[in-house]
Amino acid sequence: MAREVRCKTVEEPSLVALAKTHAATPSFKNKTASGSHLSNVHLCISSSCFLSGAGQDVGRSCILVSIGGKNIMLDCGMHMGFNDDRRFPDFSYITQQGRLTEFLDCVIISHFHLDHCGALPYMSEMVGYDGPIYMTHPTKAICPILLEDFRKITVDKKGETNFFTSQMIKDCMKKVVPLNLHQTVQVDDELEIKAYYAGHVLGAAMVQIKVGSESVVYTGDYNMTPDRHLGAAWIDKCRPDILISESTYATTIRDSKRCRERDFLKKVHETVERGGKVLIPVFALGRAQELCILLETFWERMNMKAPIYFSTGLTEKANHYYKLFITWTNQKIRKTFVQRNMFEFKHIKAFDRSYADNPGPMVVFATPGMLHAGQSLQIFKKWAGNEKNMIIMPGYCVQGTIGHKILNGQKKLEMENRQTLEVKLQVEYMSFSAHADAKGIMQLIRMAEPRNMLLVHGEAKKMEFLKDKIEQEFTINCFMPANGETTTVITNPSVPVDISLNLLKREMALGGPLPDPKKPRTMHGTLIMKDNSLRLVTPEQALKELGLNEHQLRFTCRVQLQDPHSDPDTLSRIYTHLKSVLKGYTIQHLPDGTVMVESIVIKVSSSAEEPNTKVLLLSWSYQDEDLGSFLSTLLKKGLPSGLSSM
Amino acid sequence: MAAHLKKRVYEEFSKVVQLPQEEAPAKKLRLTKPSKSAALHIDLCKASNPTDALQYLLHFARSSVEAESVEGVVRILLEHYYKEQDNSVRLKIASLIGLLSKTQNFNPESILDDTLNTFNTEKSHQVLAQLLDTLLVIGTQLPESLIVRHRLIEVAYKHLSDTYFGVRNKCLQLLGCLGNVDTPLNKDGQGLVPAVIGGSAPGVSGGVCVRDAQSLISDYFADQDPRVRTAAIKAMLQLHERGLKIQQTIYDQACQLLCDDYEQVRSAAVQMVWVLSQLYPESIVPIPSSNEQVRLVDDSFGKISHMVSDGSWVVRVQAAKTLGNMLQVSPHFLEQTLDKKLMSDLRRKRTAHERAKELYASGEFSSGRKWADDAPKEKVDTSAVNLIASGACGAFVHGLEDEMYEVRIAAVDALSALAQSSASFAEKCLDFLVDMFNDEIEEVRLQSIHVLRQISTNITLREDQLDTVLAVLEDSSRDIREALHELLCFTNVSTKECIQLALLELLKNLTKYPTDRNSVWKCLKFLGCRHPTLVLPLVPELLSTHPYFHTPEPDMDDPAYIAVLVLVFNAAQSCPTMTALFSDHTFRHYTYLRDSLSHLVPPLRLPGRTQAPGVSGIEGSGSVESAQLFLQQSLSRISTIHNLQDPGAQDLLNFTIRDLQRLGELQTELAGAADFSATYLRCQLLLTKALQEKLWTMAVPLCLKHNAMATAAAKQMLEETYKLEFLYSGLENRQVATIHHVRLQAKALQLVLTARTRRGVEPLISVCEKFLQEVESFQRLFVVELPHLQESFVGKLLDLSPKLSACKPGELVKILQTTLRQSGFLNLQLPKQVQRASATIIEPTGESDNPLRFTSGLVVALDIDATLEHVQDPHNTVKVQVLYPDGQYHVIQPKPGDFRSPGPHRHRLITQVYLSHSAWTEACQIEVRLLLAYSSSRLCKAVWSDSSTEGLQPAEGATEGTIPFGKPVKVFIMPKPARR
Repeated sequence: MAREVRCKTVEEPSLVALAKTHAATPSFKNKTASGSHLSNVHLCISSSCFLSGAGQDVGRSCILVSIGGKNIMLDCGMHMGFNDDRRFPDFSYITQQGRLTEFLDCVIISHFHLDHCGALPYMSEMVGYDGPIYMTHPTKAICPILLEDFRKITVDKKGETNFFTSQMIKDCMKKVVPLNLHQTVQVDDELEIKAYYAGHVLGAAMVQIKVGSESVVYTGDYNMTPDRHLGAAWIDKCRPDILISESTYATTIRDSKRCRERDFLKKVHETVERGGKVLIPVFALGRAQELCILLETFWERMNMKAPIYFSTGLTEKANHYYKLFITWTNQKIRKTFVQRNMFEFKHIKAFDRSYADNPGPMVVFATPGMLHAGQSLQIFKKWAGNEKNMIIMPGYCVQGTIGHKILNGQKKLEMENRQTLEVKLQVEYMSFSAHADAKGIMQLIRMAEPRNMLLVHGEAKKMEFLKDKIEQEFTINCFMPANGETTTVITNPSVPVDISLNLLKREMALGGPLPDPKKPRTMHGTLIMKDNSLRLVTPEQALKELGLNEHQLRFTCRVQLQDPHSDPDTLSRIYTHLKSVLKGYTIQHLPDGTVMVESIVIKVSSSAEEPNTKVLLLSWSYQDEDLGSFLSTLLKKGLPSGLSSM
Repeated sequence: MAAHLKKRVYEEFSKVVQLPQEEAPAKKLRLTKPSKSAALHIDLCKASNPTDALQYLLHFARSSVEAESVEGVVRILLEHYYKEQDNSVRLKIASLIGLLSKTQNFNPESILDDTLNTFNTEKSHQVLAQLLDTLLVIGTQLPESLIVRHRLIEVAYKHLSDTYFGVRNKCLQLLGCLGNVDTPLNKDGQGLVPAVIGGSAPGVSGGVCVRDAQSLISDYFADQDPRVRTAAIKAMLQLHERGLKIQQTIYDQACQLLCDDYEQVRSAAVQMVWVLSQLYPESIVPIPSSNEQVRLVDDSFGKISHMVSDGSWVVRVQAAKTLGNMLQVSPHFLEQTLDKKLMSDLRRKRTAHERAKELYASGEFSSGRKWADDAPKEKVDTSAVNLIASGACGAFVHGLEDEMYEVRIAAVDALSALAQSSASFAEKCLDFLVDMFNDEIEEVRLQSIHVLRQISTNITLREDQLDTVLAVLEDSSRDIREALHELLCFTNVSTKECIQLALLELLKNLTKYPTDRNSVWKCLKFLGCRHPTLVLPLVPELLSTHPYFHTPEPDMDDPAYIAVLVLVFNAAQSCPTMTALFSDHTFRHYTYLRDSLSHLVPPLRLPGRTQAPGVSGIEGSGSVESAQLFLQQSLSRISTIHNLQDPGAQDLLNFTIRDLQRLGELQTELAGAADFSATYLRCQLLLTKALQEKLWTMAVPLCLKHNAMATAAAKQMLEETYKLEFLYSGLENRQVATIHHVRLQAKALQLVLTARTRRGVEPLISVCEKFLQEVESFQRLFVVELPHLQESFVGKLLDLSPKLSACKPGELVKILQTTLRQSGFLNLQLPKQVQRASATIIEPTGESDNPLRFTSGLVVALDIDATLEHVQDPHNTVKVQVLYPDGQYHVIQPKPGDFRSPGPHRHRLITQVYLSHSAWTEACQIEVRLLLAYSSSRLCKAVWSDSSTEGLQPAEGATEGTIPFGKPVKVFIMPKPARR
């Protein structure tokens, strides 16, 4: 039997709580009838905090995390489908009035898409937040361009008031602290954050938030398959307590990118060879760059001559940043940029309105992506009549837009002024999405090995499927909170304790194997919790500090034994018996008629009427409780008959 | 008494300590080689602080030490070692000892004891690690000695429990390199070892068996330090490499290590699992969480496949590579690697590959134009979807889409290896390989094209697949296009539409890149040969013949028309009915092409047409065999000449040379052999002519002016011999001897001529000496061949050799003259395969009239693209020469990276040369040509190493030079004066 010293493990269960507020809570003035327009609000409650964000829907993302007493806002997005208050998350969940600064320790923006950063100036300038906002360098560079563009459309074109101004965007960006990949940033003494590469768009990052030994990873949007300009998301085995992952494609497993690319290139190539024109409506950033690279390299490879044009000035500005942030792109671009920066397009030139009427083949990228207005629509009108031409829709189109109509095969379109437009050109659909599919999400989980999983940014029905799969394959808890719901996860954090030097030295003196930093070891001590600090000291010191007297605690126990021998004989028989059973313990037969096992005293007495019944008296101190109870049970079994008295 | 005893103990003790020092012959060594070790000793004693000592040691490490003095030096180092307090110095000393024990001809056993003794006192972990490293070096130097090995293993075993990871690492390494699996297990495995090290003599410890290395190492698979875990796996792999059988018991452990946190551990574990799967492929392992069992190789295949989606790309590369080496895996598992189940909103979706296949099967060619024709169909049973690919599922699907091209290339290679061993897998991976043709990195595209070519014997391309393949023909990279042509040469297609498609695309390629002409023609030749029946229905359309009307005769110089004809003629070769469809001009064009492009157009049996007489000479002997026969006959005809002075010998030589040259042109397979023989015969002819000059009969003073021809002949002969020796590959020793013999003849001729033209004996003496040396070295080099050379010039010369060295120059010249005249004709034995090195400069074409303008004094880069055939080691031998009009020339050595190897015996040089010159008034042409550099010493060494063992000094007369090969190309350049 090993000698065991008991010590209570010091564990203080701490609480990491996550919550989401539902968009349709009373503070939202217009509750929509259709369930599809839930705003995505996450509320996070631990002791005293709360907030708003992204739930079981793709739209505005805003998640509040409370971890180890720190409150962090992850993303601050807006919903493009609304034009009223519902487009921004409801910050009144955090505080009814006044500024957010005192309630939030930091804000982290994962990437520059407006559904992840669109509400940022509103939050920081109009609601009021002065703390740090973290985002990666490319996000910091591109985000204001998009915000400004968004502001222009809302304010200048639609004439809305009560919206943030250019100056507000600038002021907001001043609060931004840039992040580098894999750089650990200390927000304060306890809170640290670290960014990982996420693919998706330029500068997209996953963030690990860590307080003490507790950590949360938020993925933002990410992509596990590399594309023509970005690499795949990657994270190390950081084993976070919670992994918050997007789940846009929770129920999809996609075909390889190569087939899609090949199809796309083949279609463009064929049309151009026929002498037709190709129109590709795109959103200004993200997929557009991928398609540009794809076409540019294809033109280069195949030695093609037909011109490629790119409309809109916004893209030029953005392209400039793509050129600068080469380290954020994929392997090929990173390796070849010394010879030539892939974003310095040789074949792609700026578009001018007059070019649309030029004869001969051409390829034009035009905004916006759903053909609902602007240049892409104008060009479409011009080219729609010729069956040699082609339009390629590279993304999803909202119902009601022309893009949606032609994708559904409508051949006659009613335009304004009651004109009809006959659609003769070929219509193609090409999906180039940069979100992880179900397999990708599983792959990320395998990489990070989280203890709990939390799915956001997706449709409830689809998430349900993925949730089951995750729980089944990894046997971890998976949550999928709705908007406004809070999820709480209990963790087992390790609590650091100061230990007094005296105690350590005493332990050393006791001997035993030398301490090994990687192996736990038990020791005796007293834990003092005082003034927000934990200390482990010797019991004497603790008593002294607290001004208490020491009390001795002894257990005594009587054991009846049938033994025909005399008292001293019985004692010596016990002595021999224990000697043979307890090897490695000091056992003494004292002359005063007692046996000492370590500090445990054993005495024998016999009652006068029944000499054969011996009563053993055992007495031990609290510290020897283990050994004492072992001895009492041992002696209750009686002595073996074969023992000889000495 | 006690005092006495004590004294004795001390005495004995001191004796024991001193013994090894006394035994060591240190004193003697110091006497023999005092300089080195003494200097070191003094240096080290002088060093006042560790930094100085370290400096001395670093300095010392740079100088080399002779084998005899190593032991002395080591002793001095150790002496200092014990005195030294500083860890870094001790570490350096330890590493120096390791370095020194590597000295050639030095037996490190002598310093083993001393090195082992250092372990007793050493406290620093770093130094211990270094000392173990030194032991490793010593151990590897003495692989035979069992005793040494046991002692080293004991040391390693003792230190395995060290707290420092470096020490454990080294111990494991030592165990891996020296440990033995076969030694029987020690009873309790431990305990014995430490006792042995200190006191007992070395011999005793040899008998002690340490626990067997394998179980010892496998204990460290679970070490807390990842570096030690890695070292443990590496040590185990080392055991395997040394040929020791590894037990299957560690398989589970190795599999667990696949999920390690650290990439180097995972990477090594992949190798470990692979090794086990190769050792025990057929043993059965249970699948956890089920009652089933699988073969071990299948199980490990599944596990390694899983690693293809690992987080670290190093591991992914390792895993992908490893998959290619697991050929015993069962087909069921193999095919899973290409498996992917698509799903959209929980509905099963067909992959693009499946859709293409279905469209093809239904007869409708891919429209791809219907909106949502890829719309998902059936509902997926949610419980059946397995998101985490278990086992081998989709490993290659992942690998081929990986972010890093290293992984993709590894995956492509693995696919190739697996597909070559399994035809059904080859068929399955076709779609994926074809997809890789669109990769963003050229290397990957190229590699996948090559791989497809390698497996193309197993497969037939479908029309839609061919379509994708052909799309790549427009690629601007020449490498890609040529690789693709190569691929098409070996491809089987299924329908006549495919042929038409391929032809169309190839013609498109031809118009876009006219330089691809030859490659496209060659490709069509094979395409025609392989698919005669598919070409047949296309012939009227291809040749645009019409049943009633005469169509205009196409232009014979049009490369596209030639391409079509090449296709048709090659198909007609095995399809006799096809010729009936030809129109008159086609026959005319056939005869023309048969003559001008004989390597592309096969001989056809044309009904009712007599053969043109010019062609008939070889018409009957279309096959290689008959050409071979002809070659042999020509050579045997020549062998009837016994003496070059025979009348008619010259004529015979002349005719034969002409025949051989023509044969070389017609039969490309024999071009090398024919050229080689022709050149050899030309040398003989030159010699004969030179010897028949009138000058020999004239008096010496008169012949001064007449010997121009003979001198030129001698010089030319010399040049030709170098060409013979270095331009042809596949020569055997016999031929080299023959060539050297000719060279000797040429030199003898030169010597004789000098003797006749020069006055005075002085210059002649040195020349004669040199010649004699050459004869001697010839004799040395070709001892084996000498019996064959009995009747020849050298044979006769060697008969006289004792006399030769003694005689005066004048006499020597006379002897040479007569031997030259009397010596018999040495018959040429052709080796099996002779290939002539050739080079063609593709770019610049030399046709451009636009001069390359640049400012004088600055440089301009000229792109050079050339193909080299049958050049051995082109990286060292091929050079580019640029010749300016003023006679100035530069020789440029291309970088090794500029050479690519597209096929066996073929190389491609794509490089840039920099031109510069002072200003010219007008544009002028410069010449660019390729040179083959040679050096006779290189060859001689090669000959020595396999023919004779005696140590010969390198040939002092090693000649170096260059042979121009390939046609030079002229480039217009125009250096303009700089504007100020």
